[in-house]
Amino acid sequence: MTISASIKALSISALIASSAALPAMAQSRNDVIIAVGEQGPNSLDTQTPTSNDYTRMVALQVYDRLVKHGVKTLEDGTQVYDKTVVLPELATSWEVSEDGKELTFHLRDDATFHDGSPVEAKDVEWSFARAVAAGGFPLIQMGAGSMTEADQFEAVDTHTFKIHVPDGNKLALPDLTTPIPIVLNSDLALEHATEDDPWATEWLANNTAGGGAYNVARWTPGNEIVFQRFDDWKNGDLPAMKTVVYRQIASAGTRRALLESGDADVSVGLPPKDFAELGAGDKVKVIGVPKQSAIVNLEMNVTMPPFDNPLVREAMAYAIPYDAIMENAFYGRATPMYGADSTEYDAAWPVPSPYSTDLDKAKALLAEAGYADGFESTIFLDLSRATVREPIALMIQQNLKEIGVDVSIEKVPGSNWFSKMLEKSMPMAVTSFHAWLDWPEYHFYWTYYGANNSVFNVASHVDDALDAQIQKARFETDPDAYESEIKSIIGTVMTELPKIPIAQDYMDVAMQNDIEGYVYWFHTFLDFRTISRAD
Amino acid sequence: MIKLIAKRFLSALPSLIGVIIVTFVISHSLPGDPAAYFAGPSATAESIAETKARLGLDQPLPVQFVAYVGDLMQGDLGRSFNSGQPVLTDLIRRLPASFELTLYALVFAIVVAVPLGLWAAVNPGSWIDHLCRGTVTAAAAFPSFFTALVLIFVFYYKLGWAPSPIGRLAIYFPLPPTITGFFTIDALIAGDFATARAALGQLILPAISLGLFALAPLARMTRASMIGVLGSDFITTAKAGGLPRRTILWTYGFRNALLPVVNILGMIFSFLLGANVLIEQVFGWPGIGSYAVEAVLTSDYAAIQGFVVMMAILYILLNLGVDILNMIVDPRVRYDD
Repeated sequence: MTISASIKALSISALIASSAALPAMAQSRNDVIIAVGEQGPNSLDTQTPTSNDYTRMVALQVYDRLVKHGVKTLEDGTQVYDKTVVLPELATSWEVSEDGKELTFHLRDDATFHDGSPVEAKDVEWSFARAVAAGGFPLIQMGAGSMTEADQFEAVDTHTFKIHVPDGNKLALPDLTTPIPIVLNSDLALEHATEDDPWATEWLANNTAGGGAYNVARWTPGNEIVFQRFDDWKNGDLPAMKTVVYRQIASAGTRRALLESGDADVSVGLPPKDFAELGAGDKVKVIGVPKQSAIVNLEMNVTMPPFDNPLVREAMAYAIPYDAIMENAFYGRATPMYGADSTEYDAAWPVPSPYSTDLDKAKALLAEAGYADGFESTIFLDLSRATVREPIALMIQQNLKEIGVDVSIEKVPGSNWFSKMLEKSMPMAVTSFHAWLDWPEYHFYWTYYGANNSVFNVASHVDDALDAQIQKARFETDPDAYESEIKSIIGTVMTELPKIPIAQDYMDVAMQNDIEGYVYWFHTFLDFRTISRAD
Repeated sequence: MIKLIAKRFLSALPSLIGVIIVTFVISHSLPGDPAAYFAGPSATAESIAETKARLGLDQPLPVQFVAYVGDLMQGDLGRSFNSGQPVLTDLIRRLPASFELTLYALVFAIVVAVPLGLWAAVNPGSWIDHLCRGTVTAAAAFPSFFTALVLIFVFYYKLGWAPSPIGRLAIYFPLPPTITGFFTIDALIAGDFATARAALGQLILPAISLGLFALAPLARMTRASMIGVLGSDFITTAKAGGLPRRTILWTYGFRNALLPVVNILGMIFSFLLGANVLIEQVFGWPGIGSYAVEAVLTSDYAAIQGFVVMMAILYILLNLGVDILNMIVDPRVRYDD
């Protein structure tokens, strides 16, 4: 384990050591993938509340999970993960009890961590207990599968591991594929634990103790992370690429130029306009998949007049210039979520709403609601996503003016967006939600469920009948009943309309034409383990 | 001399204390709640309170300030939320990158601006003078990040002359062993000429984009100072004495004209160090500028404060250095006790 960034000591000698500890870089470009993105990890440990999103990307490559999802190929050749298939990763087989309350996993006999020590059930037990002890996001994610207490995990023998799920939550197994319940080398980590820091968070933030397909060869926070293949990896097909370099380039223009000139192999996080332009050319390829369980809405606070009136919310739904937004804000890199012919919804989410642009109808609805002369309001948006959200707000503002509604636009700095959402003080907002676990009721649990009034319920929508339906669907075992429950929930949210669906945005990745094996994953991060370069 | 330095340090203390208080207050009044930011999707009132407590943000501001100053005394600038590292480590790691870039930018600016200013001063009112004025005005008028993007577009994307704008060193070159922290110099010391060349190549475009910004003050200063010197009595005397034009211009004119220019170099250097902020974003340069931008965007208090305090100390040191240099260069300058 030579994480270069020997950061603790501050002497010059430590800095010399850090830059000298270079990975043995493969000399041939064929063995190396160079990916660029705007941001990067702020830690190597995904199991702490202050870890950012990109630590999940590190966890995917460096640590194994018990199970993983399968991959399917769509008609157009795009590879996406398959939520219906669960495959072995560290566990070779498992049994789920009839009532879903007991999950037993049999670990691979010969799997080792990067330091050569065997992976045992006690490591899994310690790692899972660590995830729930972390609190914050890791605990919430474990909680999605009803895993919240350390005593739910049990190492039966060296290679058998058991999870007790008291409520038999069906999401427990799929939750194990997320980059939170990862398996750490507990002996190695415990060597660095202290009395104040029993879970070795201090040490694991800058070092890895994993057994995944890659190890971190060098990490310069804020600049780059270099992964080196772990050649003794047993838990899947050995990755084709020996070295993966992920560099942070803040400017989207520079990232595009790097890609087009061939100096970078993969770029994530470009504005949709760039993806649309790159996709239209043949220099590089763009793979875009509608983000599962993701939706961009115009959300209205139902506790604030005039949005407490359902007629006003419906009027807004007819006033949005949907087509213009698809064209000039998303540049086509999204699936329309409006204009459905009927209100016979599929039992899936998101689905198109029955609304489309009709200003006369909007005007009539406003008059019916007693706002014939219109009103004033404010649309809030997240400044860090202004590339797409600002044009959306501007176009809505323009249309609303025509029906006498005068809205101003307020941009909230990205660092303040979550606290602003939590305040529930925004009358109108351009919002979005994207769930890792692709179950409609799970999405609704975070966005419409009044009992937990989560941060994503910007509309402050509380409806006890809806809550009961969502809760029932979460634990429904009969497939037919489940389907009708979901349809009924969708019918309710489409008529109560605290959020007006606009579009399901794409997860876009641009890459050189010779890059193969990109798979869309629910977490939207690049999984370098399957990526290869055509000969 | 030592007395002078000590005195200067003492007189800098109040400004330093002021800077520390002001940055603390400003950074804590920025809109944004780091606890909510990191709680992110899992944000509930409880989880935010928990994260707040963990980050020590639940204490009243004065208590936080006392704790902060106490840490500062021990050289602890706190921990950055963004990088997860101690701020001091981050800054020390990133400072050489910004210094190297700024130094090259300054060299570029001097090499272009000083001759341009001199040339214009010797021929005031001529087309050369207008050219000088036009060039520096244009250079100062374009925002530096815009110039940077244009340079990338033309020299990297279209012509392919410049290496990829991917930071200090292209991916395939080994990092030189750290001695000065300047890649170009360290690689030369290590005898690795290929790496030194590559590092220099990476520097050219950002250094030019940044240096263009300093052209205007330097060229204008050189021109004004040279015109002033050329109009002074001793030049008239020299001319009357029949000295050759070359001797008048270089030996008497240029050397005297350079004094005020040297004087403002310290200021320009620190000014360029601040202007790095946008250039570093565009070129993926892992310096302190991009660090500061990221910190502000996420309300990363410790990092913002650390950055400003470090800049304040740098400014004080730079000014002190310039003063001392001045005393050595110009015997007339004395800072009285």
